[in-house]
Amino acid sequence: MDAVKAFLRHPSGMAGFVLLIIVLIVAITAPVLFPVSPWEMSGTPFTPPGEDGMWLGGDTLGRDVAAGVAHGARVSLLIGIASALAAMTIGVMIGAISGYFGGKVDLVLMRVTELFQTVPAFILAILLVATFSPSLLTIILTIGAVSWPPLARLTRAEFLRLRGREFVEAALCQGESTARIVLGHILPNAISPILVVVSLTVATAILLESALSFMGLGDPNLMSWGFMIGAGRTVIRQAWWMSVFPGLAILVTVLAINLFGEGLSDVLNPRVSRRRA
Amino acid sequence: MTGTRSTARIGLLVAAWIVRLVAIILVIATFNFVLVRAAPGDPAMVMAGQSGAADPKILDDLRKEYGLDKPYLVQLGTHLARVLTLDLGYSYRQRRPVLDLILERLPATLLLTLTAFCLALLIGTTLGALAGLVAGSIADTVFTVLSLLLYATPVFWLGLMLVLVFSVTLGWLPPFGYETINAKHTAIERIFDIMKHMIMPVISLAAIYLAIYARLMRSSIIEVSHQDFIKTARAKGLARPRIVVSHMLRNALVPVVTVAGMQAGALVGGAVVIETVFAWPGLGRLTFEAVLQRDYPVLLGIFLILSVIVIALNLVTDLIYRLIDPRMTTEAA
Repeated sequence: MDAVKAFLRHPSGMAGFVLLIIVLIVAITAPVLFPVSPWEMSGTPFTPPGEDGMWLGGDTLGRDVAAGVAHGARVSLLIGIASALAAMTIGVMIGAISGYFGGKVDLVLMRVTELFQTVPAFILAILLVATFSPSLLTIILTIGAVSWPPLARLTRAEFLRLRGREFVEAALCQGESTARIVLGHILPNAISPILVVVSLTVATAILLESALSFMGLGDPNLMSWGFMIGAGRTVIRQAWWMSVFPGLAILVTVLAINLFGEGLSDVLNPRVSRRRA
Repeated sequence: MTGTRSTARIGLLVAAWIVRLVAIILVIATFNFVLVRAAPGDPAMVMAGQSGAADPKILDDLRKEYGLDKPYLVQLGTHLARVLTLDLGYSYRQRRPVLDLILERLPATLLLTLTAFCLALLIGTTLGALAGLVAGSIADTVFTVLSLLLYATPVFWLGLMLVLVFSVTLGWLPPFGYETINAKHTAIERIFDIMKHMIMPVISLAAIYLAIYARLMRSSIIEVSHQDFIKTARAKGLARPRIVVSHMLRNALVPVVTVAGMQAGALVGGAVVIETVFAWPGLGRLTFEAVLQRDYPVLLGIFLILSVIVIALNLVTDLIYRLIDPRMTTEAA
């Protein structure tokens, strides 16, 4: 409860939270606000913003850019959150095993983590999505597969810090199973910094997804912000609005998540945060 | 005495780096091998791509050449041996060896990434240090807001917005390309022409890393300024500029350089998107074309080469790190 109160008094964190709620509302109400599919023609091609009932203008085929931006919010948030959860699952698992068991297991797992941190993640993502053909699921799994290393490192560090503590030793003495100690005792104590990094991972996942769909590797059935910018790129002289608005949408969403995540970090981990401030 | 010892250290560092390089090449080559087999469909068809798959003769040749009828381990062995002799396969789409295609595009990518990397590091650390020294002031707040905004901006969109402002609206800079075609420039004019074409791609690529390094440098400076050795230096009555330059900057740079090394992969990835935006004739454009045509051997080759570039950038940051970390130099002395 104290954490909630502290967060309410955190100005930039609250600003991020409010922005995020707005994006969420747009995402949820998109089908009500824009009942016509963003793939459908709803006016003359290249309608400038504000004309013909299209506040953000129309694209090359007369589709409503505003409808695309609203429906794109669903795609971006869904992919961002789902990929961050996928990255969390992989990262926490690897980090927990590495930090709890230590020794050779730790050495091998950390080498693998380093390898994933070294290779250019975006190229790996392009390669994976191109191999398994772009769909919602492959994109989420791919972004998860290239985004887990920071989470694994953090979890490992937390586990190393906590595994020698008295409460863990007490649990060991009572003969509790390894799974119970890891999941029931250590993980709950390590969870708050992990959650902060997961929230920031949502932001990077959204950026990664937008870059993939900009490069033509988005799910072809989903209207996404990156795809819209990619489509607007070639006609930027005639229709600036086609690339400006979806980009602003990404900027606002990512900014909101980053502000929220950093606010969360200040409130949940003042020990770490004060060093950054 | 110290000279030979630190030379030996550098030698050791480079040797360790070469081992690491070969290990990474082998791991990535193995990964590429597994990926081709994991891809849906016949590996020969995957490698031939959309254009080659229609031709049964190409498929037959491929099966023979890669020994696709032999056991997996034998195939893997041949594959690794090929990669180590720099044979990255053949693009049936472009009808040329992959290595040739990559080498042709590599200089443009290197020019773009290295310029952006150096600029981001130089300007980012300078701005960050200044902001850290005046922490809490209005300038510092403006700086923090700007870096937060940059940090949330998709690189390719930033590039497009620059095109919109500086090419479409103002007409100051060329919107895309590497140089003016058929310009009949002299050598010097040509260099200036390329530089003019580079401005926007470099800025859009450098901006986000500049923001990251600046934010890090800012907090690093603030942290260093609270440490005991700075207090001692103040107590000794050293002048503030001297404290800042010879005590604070060097110590504060250490974490920034570490992160810069870790970010090298992301920077190279960003170059791929930026090159697509600006039709910059480097590996990024090649990636984009290969994605469109599902030219698989080219994608695999690019992944390998770009990873090698990241490792090379890591060596550079490692060397800088040795150079600036005071603990490293006192040890060696």
